[in-house]
Amino acid sequence: MPELIVTKDIDAPGLDTLVGYRQHGGYEGLSKAIKEYRPDELVELVKKSGLRGRGGAGFPTGMKWSFLAKNDKTRYLCCNADESEPGTFKDRMIMEKSPHQLVEGVIIASYACNVSTAFIYVRGELALAGRQVERAIEEAYAAGYIGKNILGSDYSLDVILHRGAGAYICGEESALMESLEGRRGYPRLKPPFPAAVGLYGGPTVINNCETLATLPAIIRNGAQWYASFGTEKSTGTRIFCLSGHVKKPGNYELPLGTPIRTLIYDEQYGGGILDDKQLKAIIPGGSSTFILGADKVDTPLDFESIAAAGSMLGSGGVIVIHEDTCIVGAVLRMTEFYRDESCGKCTPCREGTYWLTEVLHRLEHGEGRERDIDLLMDICDNISGKSFCPLGDAATSCITSSIKLFREEYEYHVREGRCMVGKGAAVAVS
Amino acid sequence: MISEQAKQRMRDLAARYPVARSAIMPALYIAQQEEGYITQDALQAVAEAIGLTVDDVESVATFYTMYYQQQPGKKVIKVCTSISCYLRGCDAVVDHFEKRLGIKRGETSADGNYTFMTTECLASCGTAPVLQVNDQFVENVTLEMVDALVDEWKKEIGKAAEANAAKDVEPKTKIRL
Repeated sequence: MPELIVTKDIDAPGLDTLVGYRQHGGYEGLSKAIKEYRPDELVELVKKSGLRGRGGAGFPTGMKWSFLAKNDKTRYLCCNADESEPGTFKDRMIMEKSPHQLVEGVIIASYACNVSTAFIYVRGELALAGRQVERAIEEAYAAGYIGKNILGSDYSLDVILHRGAGAYICGEESALMESLEGRRGYPRLKPPFPAAVGLYGGPTVINNCETLATLPAIIRNGAQWYASFGTEKSTGTRIFCLSGHVKKPGNYELPLGTPIRTLIYDEQYGGGILDDKQLKAIIPGGSSTFILGADKVDTPLDFESIAAAGSMLGSGGVIVIHEDTCIVGAVLRMTEFYRDESCGKCTPCREGTYWLTEVLHRLEHGEGRERDIDLLMDICDNISGKSFCPLGDAATSCITSSIKLFREEYEYHVREGRCMVGKGAAVAVS
Repeated sequence: MISEQAKQRMRDLAARYPVARSAIMPALYIAQQEEGYITQDALQAVAEAIGLTVDDVESVATFYTMYYQQQPGKKVIKVCTSISCYLRGCDAVVDHFEKRLGIKRGETSADGNYTFMTTECLASCGTAPVLQVNDQFVENVTLEMVDALVDEWKKEIGKAAEANAAKDVEPKTKIRL
């Protein structure tokens, strides 16, 4: 098994406590950061490590930090732990099992960005994760890792845990800030980007939970060490959340650039397709990313290769679909999610996701018409890029890619009024 | 009625954030804990503690699905029906619950014991299908587990409730999904 970075000690007993975390090198990264580096040196170090955001867009973390507007307004940091992308379950694991690792990362990033108030926005449904992080924050305050004059330095920081309350949209960074400010989670128009005008109008850095939890190891071991894992442009490791039709679903940390095939079929990881069926399709980065056909199974899991194959690495949620799945049924289910989670602010997304669901519903239930397939493509075209945030775009990914890959299944539905292959939902609960 | 202690916690929260308004969401949670759902009293208390209008607070409370607009059941059951759980047979779990509880998704049983909902991805796709009972995860759910859970709740809630649940299956209220 290759070296693990983020999940190295994840199953160590007591890791969720301050004492247990310290036994595994906890807060050594923070101590080193504060004692040996100036904030701008840390930004450079993280740039050199090549670390890229683990939330979805994969933006280089150090670069993001360096974009913070240099003015006299108060700066803020938000940790985005509003994990709700279908197929993604890594941040929940980090928060439940190693909350101090996240807190340490938050402090390091805040120090690097000259932030004096940081927020950790934890998804409302993840009650245990929220409690774990809250306790870790309290312990860190008591130990002098958060608060005034951290570790004897002149750096002070306040960390506030903020719980969401059931809204996927708040994982979008501008909606997250609205929510933190005590409003409905409606996305803001960009630009200005958060780095210029963010929370309470101040320059704001927003990083994903896993991104921040990776920082302590990078500081402890150095940028070059981190960059020695993965590929040249996609450095390091990341947690791939493997779900769907595999024998052993779960979180597996692998160097970027590992082929999809290894993740799905290797005995150490997915262990092959459920019931030894044939692979039909892969969604490589959460349900918002384009579906890939089985022929792409040898694609390396790094940002560039997955993009070249026609999709995105997204949140690292790899969803595996086998041969007995009706693609129209699966796409309908994914589309219902976006219809339900559209915040309602922008008309193309609010109305479009509704219409997509309606059309898919009639196709799936044998009432589709020949022109419905092109109609779906047309609605997608009218949503994509026409709203404030990417939720509407995300809703179209599975539809356009599945029509491209599996058009004959849609046509079969129109012609025969039923599924060409069995339904995913018909799989017996095992 | 919202207790004075709860109101004080809300005021403390308002002081903790850089801007008081940010305390709306945690304050709503405190109010819901006391009242069971977001009542008019709850809105009023939050508005007073933070210094906003009731309408303002309500606009936030109605956006987020975890603030209940009506009294939920003693057991709030949320079954995830997103793609990863769908691929692992969550629809059969939903059907089985509906049969066992005698209510449809989105409904609360007449005896006020159960609210049954379907929900979006719960970040537990590696152990699909998955559900939550009052925020506690139950993973790798099978139909046998559904039976065992329902039996356990029935015992817990008491024989009187069991008799009621069997007789009276008409839904009382609809919870907004």
